[in-house]
Amino acid sequence: MLKRASFILTVVASLAILAGSALAAPPIRIGGLFAVTGPASFLGEPERNTAQMVVNEINAAGGIRGRKLELIAYDTQGDATKAVQAANRLIKEDKVSAIIGPSTTGDTMAVIPVVERARIPMISCAAGSKITDPVKKWVFKTAQNDGLAVAKIYEHLKKRKVAQVAILTVSDGFGSSGREQLKAQAKAYGIQIVVDDTYGPKDTDMTAQLTKIKGSGAQAVICWGTNPGPAVIARNAKQLGLRLPLYMSHGVSSKKFIGLAGDAAEGIILPSGRVIVADLLPNSDRQKKSLIAFVKDYQRHFKAEGDHFGGHAWDAVMLLKTAMERGGDNPAAIRDQLERIRGFAGIGGIFSYQASDHAGLTKDAFVLVEIRNQDFALVR
Amino acid sequence: MHFGNQIAQFLLSGLSTGAIYSLIGVGFAIIHNATGIINFAQGEFVMLGGMFTVFFITVMKLPLLVSVILAIAASTLAGVAFERLAIRPMKNASPISLVIITIGGSILIRGIAMLVWGKDTHAVQTFSGNDPIQLGEATILPQHLWIFAVTAVVIVCSKLYFNYTISGKAMRACAYNSRAAGLVGIDVRRMVLFSFAISAAMGSMAGIIIAPLTMTSYDVGIMLGLKGFCAAIIGGMSSGLGTVFGGVILGVLESLGAGIFSSGYKDAIAFIILLVILFIRPQGLFSKGSTERV
Repeated sequence: MLKRASFILTVVASLAILAGSALAAPPIRIGGLFAVTGPASFLGEPERNTAQMVVNEINAAGGIRGRKLELIAYDTQGDATKAVQAANRLIKEDKVSAIIGPSTTGDTMAVIPVVERARIPMISCAAGSKITDPVKKWVFKTAQNDGLAVAKIYEHLKKRKVAQVAILTVSDGFGSSGREQLKAQAKAYGIQIVVDDTYGPKDTDMTAQLTKIKGSGAQAVICWGTNPGPAVIARNAKQLGLRLPLYMSHGVSSKKFIGLAGDAAEGIILPSGRVIVADLLPNSDRQKKSLIAFVKDYQRHFKAEGDHFGGHAWDAVMLLKTAMERGGDNPAAIRDQLERIRGFAGIGGIFSYQASDHAGLTKDAFVLVEIRNQDFALVR
Repeated sequence: MHFGNQIAQFLLSGLSTGAIYSLIGVGFAIIHNATGIINFAQGEFVMLGGMFTVFFITVMKLPLLVSVILAIAASTLAGVAFERLAIRPMKNASPISLVIITIGGSILIRGIAMLVWGKDTHAVQTFSGNDPIQLGEATILPQHLWIFAVTAVVIVCSKLYFNYTISGKAMRACAYNSRAAGLVGIDVRRMVLFSFAISAAMGSMAGIIIAPLTMTSYDVGIMLGLKGFCAAIIGGMSSGLGTVFGGVILGVLESLGAGIFSSGYKDAIAFIILLVILFIRPQGLFSKGSTERV
């Protein structure tokens, strides 16, 4: 009698334990490809930090439909080959349902064939227009197109009745993509490019190029690059007494640039995501609440200012969260749900994806800011 | 702006860059003359000069002059440590092994700098303000004057040292024939240590005076070291005026090339010049070439 009872008890107990573990559903796995080290670390590090921070917050609030979110992030080091290797690992070994990143346009273009073949949705944090133009079925992006930044600058130049500009672009992926856009859109705004010059990412002296520009008939200078080059250019321009208006790209939309360029940064105008002037925005701005929350959050976790670049990862994770809440963890369902998102107020702008547009933003995603008194201010 | 005036600007910018290359090149030459090896970690001493200055100013909150002196001292210590730990133990190694060791050492120093100080670029305040100085149609900054002054002083001092002091002459003796020098009582190993210390000090000085203009980060040593090496090769590895001319020629040609032809090829110009010199006149433009009597 006792033997029988204890046998039944054991069976019931083991069934209960098995049932209990089956109730805790496995976490949804998403992959991250960020250039945490290497030349693009100013992109990858804030992006990885932000992605992890948002994933932790989602889990603390109960996860997605009760399931925890798990982020598996790899460092691409800004190297396309490593990015492809990491992507394969995420898809084949870690079996992720979606991928966030990579951080740079170069890495993204290399990984696109991998995710298209494996049919896993990917939300890139890189800015190159060619990522989503032409549209690829499984590839989305959250960073604003550089074409939009160019449009914003040209719009302002046209308002100021400037017709002749000099462009100075860095000779890497970001710079050459910007240069293509600058050249392609010039005519539409009645602008003629009189000097088209380049500089290397590690160059420390651009007085030669600026001297050439001073001697041409240019009425404004547009510099397209990421730190530290533009800071050197700003200082060189001041040294040479170049009084022309100086415009920069969104690649320098961070306080770091002002720190490097010092006094020479005064009066520089650039397009930027709204996050760096979050507290200056009117209360009617739909993004203001999430922007200020993001900046405060990042400051609390990482003791640094939440910036434009971390914002791309924030948008990517939150967009995935919205898609997964409606579509579960099936990659194809996630992709379909992503394509249906309209009017999502993120950090980079207000996203509306559709089948023909996987970039989701308009030129209002940028605001034009001016550096005044060593801080950013909105341009009226 | 007249083309002629543009040339003036290119020349001035080229002169100041050339002065930096000369300082770094003389560092290469001193070690080569004392030990027969090329120390490819020289660029990293340049980087350490700038980075230590940033460290002392921003973290230890010391005034500029004190930070500069401490930075030179710290870099010299690093050079001495490098020699003690990496070069001295290899008593009878072939020159090629020692060169490979210096390359490995440079990667190590760069890696430690990256881990300790991060990958960010850092700005250093200029020594005498930012107001441009007008020289005819060209402008320079006060920092450029500092570069010219410091380079001139350092080169003159090193000339005096090598020609008029006992230890300087002893180092030259080691360069000619280390065995004979040892036989007449010169401590060759001490001379090797001195050469590393002097080169590290000079390199760090170059890094410090250029940091306010070009900003510094953990990897500025690579390009600066290579260009300084080019300057030394052009000058025929001389520890004096030859390398100075080599550096100036390199800086001016680079600046003119970028201004007149294309800025994209700026770095290529330095290396093309290096290749041409190595093909046509490998002993450098300013040395007589060594001959051996059988």
